[in-house]
Amino acid sequence: MSADFSPVLAGRAAGGNVPAPTTPKNVPYRDGAANPSADALRSRFGGAISRVEVIWGETTVFVEPARVNEIVRWLHDDPTQRYDYCVDVTAVEYRDLDRPIEVVWHLRSLPFRRFIRLKALLQKGQPLEVPSIWDIYKGVDWMERECYDMFGIRFAGHPDLRRILMWEQYKEGFPLRKDFPLRGRFSRSEQLRQILSQNPEAKYSMEEISVVEAFEELPADVRARLGAGEKVGE
Amino acid sequence: MGLDRLDTHRTGTGVDFSPSSQESWVTTKLDFLVNWGRANSLWPMPFGTACCAIEFMATAASKFDLARFGMERMSFSPRQADVLICAGRVPFKLAPVLRRIWQQMPQPKWCISMGACASTGGMFDNYAVVQGIDTIIPVDVYVPGCPPRPEGLMYGIMMLQQKVMRERMADKSLRHEMEPDPASQLYIAPPLIDELSEPFGNSVHQTRSGL
Repeated sequence: MSADFSPVLAGRAAGGNVPAPTTPKNVPYRDGAANPSADALRSRFGGAISRVEVIWGETTVFVEPARVNEIVRWLHDDPTQRYDYCVDVTAVEYRDLDRPIEVVWHLRSLPFRRFIRLKALLQKGQPLEVPSIWDIYKGVDWMERECYDMFGIRFAGHPDLRRILMWEQYKEGFPLRKDFPLRGRFSRSEQLRQILSQNPEAKYSMEEISVVEAFEELPADVRARLGAGEKVGE
Repeated sequence: MGLDRLDTHRTGTGVDFSPSSQESWVTTKLDFLVNWGRANSLWPMPFGTACCAIEFMATAASKFDLARFGMERMSFSPRQADVLICAGRVPFKLAPVLRRIWQQMPQPKWCISMGACASTGGMFDNYAVVQGIDTIIPVDVYVPGCPPRPEGLMYGIMMLQQKVMRERMADKSLRHEMEPDPASQLYIAPPLIDELSEPFGNSVHQTRSGL
């Protein structure tokens, strides 16, 4: 799966003279210098980019939901971008019922020392679905599951989209949605009755704990070390 | 706690013995002896989920030294434990686990609910947190505080020791594990509990978002 490991030197790809990061000073609230990737995205994807905002020096690019996977793939693969780290996947819902739900991706490019935030707007009343970027970053697996668990946003292409924080048989809905009552939808006694009928040992799917299958996907050096009898965990 | 009366050499105080006899012997009540043994060797099973567990660790550490109470041995397996100390909030997802751990503890067993969250849900009056572990398992001593200081927990432990000293072996109901029985007169139907607990219990109409 992985080629020989070569370390990423932060900022090195942008040329030799990038200064080490320091605490930014005098950052304007709006209209600061945009991340150069925003212009690159505009020229590459044009119609899929609806708006670019720079707030407190951080660039937010509003993208078309259906093309998220394609755009992130380009940001990850293109040698002039190299966004190799997905920091977070989450969502925002506003109290204003007419405002769409925003799905947010935070991407970081270590070689170029860049940070970019992608947002996709999902209109209320439409199915809440965006493409998964699990095929690009394996690490977003649990983030997308959490986002589904809390907001009910489905990530098309995710291999195992189940609840992660609430238990799998949770029936009350999606807790971080604005129409969700703070104490849940059911009465306390009904909540207790449902949870106490759960089997505490039936929490894991076999795919999740099958280490043997995952062994073939490990990097070659780790496979060799484990094969030589090295112990992990415990 | 109690056998120091041996020093007084008096009779009629619960323990009699005769120092002049060749065979040393003691007379006492079996209840007293058994309870004395139990109360002074309670093995705690810590069930720490939050900040209360930090205070519990402080209580167990050298400065406050839980070992003075016969709690030298922390039991991290419910099968070798006497007292379950639930320190911290218990989310609903953990409720069946806590119930299972309690069921795995052998009799005699006791439970201390440490802190506001374990006792009542505390500030977490929301969709995810159990509103008091006494809705899942029986509790002997509630220790208030957020979190309680080690002195508070030790006071609760001493209260539990006094409670153990007052137990009687003839009272079989003490060790009788019951599920709620709808035929019992003490049984309160869940809808009635919900009604009684308004407005402090659940309200399906409440929402902080103002929608």
